[in-house]
Amino acid sequence: MSTVKIEETPVQDRPILEIKDLAITFTTGAGEFKAVKNAHLSIMPGETVAIVGESGSGKSTTALAAIGLLPGNGRVTGGQILLDGEDIAHASEKRMIELRGSHIGMVPQDPMSNLNPVWKIGYQVRETLKANGRPDGPDDVARVLAEAGLPDARRRARQYPHEFSGGMRQRALIAIGLSCAPKLLIADEPTSALDVTVQRRILDHLDKMTTELGTSVLLITHDLGLAAERADKVVVMYQGNVVEAGPSLDLLRDPQHPYTRRLVESAPSLASRRIQSAKEQGIEAGDLLAPAATGRGRDDVLQVRNLRKVYKLRQGLGQSTDFAAVDDVSFSVKRGTTTAIVGESGSGKSTVAKMVLQLESPTEGQIIFDGVDTAGLKGKELFTFRRRVQPIFQDPYGSLDPMYNIYRTIEEPLRIHKIGDAASREKKVRELLDQVALPQGTMQRYPNELSGGQRQRVAIARALALDPEVIICDEAVSALDVLVQAQVLNLLTELQSELGLTYLFITHDLAVVRQIADHVCVMEKGKLVETGTTDDVFDAPQQDYTRALLNAIPGASLLLPPAVA
Amino acid sequence: MIRYIIRRLLQVIPVFLGTTLLVYYMVFALPGDPIAALFGDRQPPQSVIDALRNQYNLDQPFWVQYGLFLKNLFTFNLGVDFTQQPIAATLARIFPVTAMLAIEALIIQAVFGVLFGVFAGLRKGKLFDSTVLVASLVVIAVPTFVLGFVFQLVFGVQLGWAKPTVGASANWGNLILPAVVLGLVSFAYVLRLTRTSVIENMNADYVRTATAKGLSRPRVVLAHILRNSMIPVVTYLGANLGGLMGGAIVTEGIFNVPGVGNKLYQAVQRGEGPTVVAIVSVLVLVFVVANLLVDLLYAWLDPRIRYE
Repeated sequence: MSTVKIEETPVQDRPILEIKDLAITFTTGAGEFKAVKNAHLSIMPGETVAIVGESGSGKSTTALAAIGLLPGNGRVTGGQILLDGEDIAHASEKRMIELRGSHIGMVPQDPMSNLNPVWKIGYQVRETLKANGRPDGPDDVARVLAEAGLPDARRRARQYPHEFSGGMRQRALIAIGLSCAPKLLIADEPTSALDVTVQRRILDHLDKMTTELGTSVLLITHDLGLAAERADKVVVMYQGNVVEAGPSLDLLRDPQHPYTRRLVESAPSLASRRIQSAKEQGIEAGDLLAPAATGRGRDDVLQVRNLRKVYKLRQGLGQSTDFAAVDDVSFSVKRGTTTAIVGESGSGKSTVAKMVLQLESPTEGQIIFDGVDTAGLKGKELFTFRRRVQPIFQDPYGSLDPMYNIYRTIEEPLRIHKIGDAASREKKVRELLDQVALPQGTMQRYPNELSGGQRQRVAIARALALDPEVIICDEAVSALDVLVQAQVLNLLTELQSELGLTYLFITHDLAVVRQIADHVCVMEKGKLVETGTTDDVFDAPQQDYTRALLNAIPGASLLLPPAVA
Repeated sequence: MIRYIIRRLLQVIPVFLGTTLLVYYMVFALPGDPIAALFGDRQPPQSVIDALRNQYNLDQPFWVQYGLFLKNLFTFNLGVDFTQQPIAATLARIFPVTAMLAIEALIIQAVFGVLFGVFAGLRKGKLFDSTVLVASLVVIAVPTFVLGFVFQLVFGVQLGWAKPTVGASANWGNLILPAVVLGLVSFAYVLRLTRTSVIENMNADYVRTATAKGLSRPRVVLAHILRNSMIPVVTYLGANLGGLMGGAIVTEGIFNVPGVGNKLYQAVQRGEGPTVVAIVSVLVLVFVVANLLVDLLYAWLDPRIRYE
């Protein structure tokens, strides 16, 4: 039957996947929800097409429909999904089982949760080969893993997922996705959970493999820069509709739809300059903040000297080895400026933040806040210190108490520090909500009723409640969609110039650093490898490691017209 | 691993000493004189009472009694009970009966609980699921003694499917009816636990990935949902085995099963310290071993757990 088809239309002229007028509806307790209203795209053999959009845009739902994995309450309510000419929008489960693995492969988003923790990696590869009728001996398993770039594959196959790092797990998942040489690979945010450098290596390898196999790729991502760099065509989805589609660079250079334009403007990986607020008018940060700064103490508000943190790693009974998470780190932060600490996971950047926040004590070295060594702080002094240095954490879902309404959340620090009475505290909470641009009606709501961006605003308001001088942002925008991320970064910049705040920004995302930081400290394996002003570090990085980090920013190499950049 | 098992077994020593001491003391502190109770209304001669007291060391202070008990225990001399039966023989008689009952009950609750739980979980919100959920609630709500008598009447007396009472002829077949009664309540818990666990795992990312690999539905369910869902269930079943071995006083009473529960109840009523403590000592061992087995099984089911 298939030979007849090939005679009708030569394979290379027919898309491997074509989605026409696709509509998908979810039935929930609250009624019907149209997640996808009108999606259309086509992928030619060997081509890579990216769907870009924010969470809730329907991009993942569209991709899941293409492999018949919609959640139980979702169904295709219109349109066609043509896989190599065959409409699989309503295909039987039996047919889908035949197609999955061998014709359509999938690389899922989160490498931590997509491997079954109770089976060895090799087993999870083997069952894929077996289910799709391929040779499944130990040699075949090792070959599949080795092809995905997993070193020492034979031994690795006998290990469990928890013995793998995130990058290695994602390689294993890529191995599984491509093990049966499918014609189409659906890659759903395949690297968003990984460090930039790991992300780059893995995407490079994925590119190489799919090119060799001639596999078409449907790449789902929220990162326009990444999409433009990796895909031949980009499809932009917004609220369940495809709003724009076209060759990647054309779309990036000349976006037509207003939403695409906003995406291009706020994509952190494409922006090349620091967000300007008052500084836009040519006023130097120092000048503007000078009055506030002199009023509030020393210029070097935070000095870190030869900081070291050693953890004991247990190795069997009674034995342990020292592991220096932070090794001889020194830097200083000027009042009213933003210093970013960047590095991959395990570089020790978060440990530095915890020590500055006095949540961990240093093994050696000093942290001097406003001229006072924080090591000696106890009781009341520590209490005062906490008031002056406030954190904003990464996960806006985890860092707000779900049982506290927003008013109580923001008011709590004031109450703990016994500031004002009920009336003045309420006034303060209202002011804070204004400052972070949340409506005052938010006060009576609970965290689960708010979006991620709104929650992070609440976290910022809470951090501001005590009029702190320094705010430590530990990956404060990493969990947010690009547009929301841009809004929060703008807000932080505005607040900085209004209130003379000092930020210590911990992040793995160099694109964010470029947008917000004045100074950069690059950390690698516990050591500080490079420091300097953001412009210096970005324009003339001194260390190989820094260069590797910079090159790994997706879309870094893309040239954009000045109007957009 | 071996080191872990040895360490766990060494933990038996303090647990064993602690429990026996506590139980021995509680029996010692029971009001009333056990020897006097033996004779009911008759007043035995003082010389008989003294001889009996001496035989059971009841004339000694508590610490001496306990010490002598321990000494006898480690020389495998458990002595005789108040009816002059060797306690060791009693243990050898009652424990196999209870073990049979417990194993039958455990199999019933494990097999049926998991089976129904998995199907209910996979068909969440459907008719089968709702029916099973309501039925399990009914089973949980009805007290064992009601269930026991009803089953005895219906299946034992009216339908005649099984012997209504077990008596001296305790074997696998005769114990089925009490085992069903005993297993039913935990069956309902196992079912609900399995169902919840299956529902949770069904939505796990790795299950979706397994489906995306092209695995058939039965394979996905068996390899990726079932094994992961068994982890909490196994823990519950293991803890339950200890409980079942402790004897079910109510069930054993209704069906007249000559097992641990029955014997323990009698011994407590008579204030027979040595018998009570002997039974409890064995139970301590059973509990510790059952818990160890659960932990080992747990590590086998979930490789992230490793014991050193």
